[in-house]
Amino acid sequence: MQGTKRQPDHILNVEGLAQLLRALRADAYRLVGPTVRDGAIVHAEIRGIDDLPAGWTETQEAGTYRLVPRGDGALFGFSTAAQSYKQVFFVPRLRLLKLRRKDSSFTVEHDAPVTSRLALIGARSCDLHAIEVQDRTLLTGPFADPDYAARRSDLFIVAVQCGQSGGTCFCASMGTGPRSTAGFDLALTELFEPHRFLVQVGTEAGERVLARLPRALATESERVAAEGVVEQTAQSMGRRMDTTGIKELLYRNLEHPRWDDVAERCLGCTNCTLACPTCFCSTVEDTGDLTGESAERWRRWDSCFTLDHSYLHGGSVRTSTRSRYRQWMTHKLASWIDQFGTSGCVGCGRCITWCPVGIDITEEVAAIRRADGACSGEGGAP
Amino acid sequence: MNTAGPMTPRPVVVRNIHIESDDVVTLDLATESEAWSFQPGQFNMLYAFGVGEVPVSMSGDPSQTDRLVHTIRSVGAVTEALCRTPLGGVVGLRGPFGTPWPMDTVRGRDLVVVAGGLGLAPLRPVLYDVLRYRSDYGRISLLAGARTPEDLLFKREVERWKQQAAIDVHLSVDRAPAGWNGQVGVVTSLLSSIDISAQTVAFVCGPEVMMRFTVRELQRRRVPAERIYLSMERNMKCAVGFCGHCQLGPSFVCKDGPIFRYEQLKSLFWLPEI
Repeated sequence: MQGTKRQPDHILNVEGLAQLLRALRADAYRLVGPTVRDGAIVHAEIRGIDDLPAGWTETQEAGTYRLVPRGDGALFGFSTAAQSYKQVFFVPRLRLLKLRRKDSSFTVEHDAPVTSRLALIGARSCDLHAIEVQDRTLLTGPFADPDYAARRSDLFIVAVQCGQSGGTCFCASMGTGPRSTAGFDLALTELFEPHRFLVQVGTEAGERVLARLPRALATESERVAAEGVVEQTAQSMGRRMDTTGIKELLYRNLEHPRWDDVAERCLGCTNCTLACPTCFCSTVEDTGDLTGESAERWRRWDSCFTLDHSYLHGGSVRTSTRSRYRQWMTHKLASWIDQFGTSGCVGCGRCITWCPVGIDITEEVAAIRRADGACSGEGGAP
Repeated sequence: MNTAGPMTPRPVVVRNIHIESDDVVTLDLATESEAWSFQPGQFNMLYAFGVGEVPVSMSGDPSQTDRLVHTIRSVGAVTEALCRTPLGGVVGLRGPFGTPWPMDTVRGRDLVVVAGGLGLAPLRPVLYDVLRYRSDYGRISLLAGARTPEDLLFKREVERWKQQAAIDVHLSVDRAPAGWNGQVGVVTSLLSSIDISAQTVAFVCGPEVMMRFTVRELQRRRVPAERIYLSMERNMKCAVGFCGHCQLGPSFVCKDGPIFRYEQLKSLFWLPEI
């Protein structure tokens, strides 16, 4: 997947889409796409269009996710899948090393690097932006994560322009959607009556695959219709966040009483950080066996909501939920900008949907903004 | 980056062990032939086989390239296992990581080194460097504090520096038995006994609360925020900017620190639980 190149748009019918997925499989891509599993639409390995969530949509609200039948055959008629692609590239558990004692020293073995080619089917703009955000942490140094780099390296991306906004979506506020403008090989807009897909070409790789499929050139009215679909989605965002001067807003409100308020509600369960497509905290676990002859090193997802996260000998730095929520939200929306030149939030809304008590990051920001400068803490320079 | 990846430790041999106190040892780590280099203030991740890995500052002489010297206090499972490694035993090492003390900034100026407890370990390379190029620097003061005289690190060496008078050495302990002729009290109280010039630079390392009091006193003595440097500590799991644990506001202590100019930190330094 390389730079975007504007090409004429095409039309694929449903059979054309089926052929696209078959063509990608023939090119040795494993398909990762949306599918219904465990009462939710998730990203998982799929075989073809029969695995797509035909006729399903969902409602998402703070603390709520429900699958709902649409009453039509839409294949991408939902907003965001329950998970992002984080677990595909930045895997939840990874063995980093196997170590073995040898004489008085030790030797180190690594598992063979992952080499599979992945095609992301139905990728949403927010989730594509989230991959770019994670790239900045894990690829751009001073060190690069070799496992992430390997899993990330050979992608074919079939984006879908969002046809509806979820109740917790706010990508329009974050400038990350709903329209995908780059970062895809092909981008689909699902159109009805008749059921078909307008296809935008993003790369030469996309163009080459498309050339093997039965297709038509899109008419001007189809292009207008497709524009209308994504425009309508942009106009109907479930949430909004005012990001004006947000870094400075949060930096100057580190002792705001709202942190006490949210701490009363937050369970410290870590769901938001696990559902977040950009949260990258991990821990390193070293284990040994009973013989003392071999050992392993594992990386697994961690969360700044745990007490252990800030543990130093003698105690944790952030012992209160107040300080841990502040760390998470201030990092996501403010210090991330200093660290990586971008917000850590792509407006996917998952932290809101999957919070068991329905804490809403957009509402927390708004509450701080409403009482900008209020102070409840004792900190401050002497 | 090599194919082994940045999380892979390599085996190094314990060539020498110095018992510093009841719970502190200094390990000299080396391989057969490797020439090492590091800058004062940098740290390594040290791995005890099958137990775990912790960040440890280098406490040795940067001009000695045949070994890397680490001073470790036993405070948990990993540090205990490292402290118990026998002569000739092997530990894992990754590094060096982190930002150094800004030696160039001090050249031609006066330097005050303030160390609390184990905080003297990452400052000892500074003193070696200063002693090696003594004429490049102005007046050098070392203010070191510990819980008891027993806990003072590098006692014979510090005594030698004191005798040589190349460094102005002041010591203080929290509690002293009979026979202690030095000061009793917090290390910050030593600051009142030294001269501070308009050119003085301060390097500070110790527990965060000690550094807060030290910064307050340095500021009272009109040392500006841009000439105070601190070595900060946070939880570290990776040391290469991936794991997120060591964040301190916008900084990753592992790669943007551990040495910070106080000016960089001052908006966060006084906030609890940041």
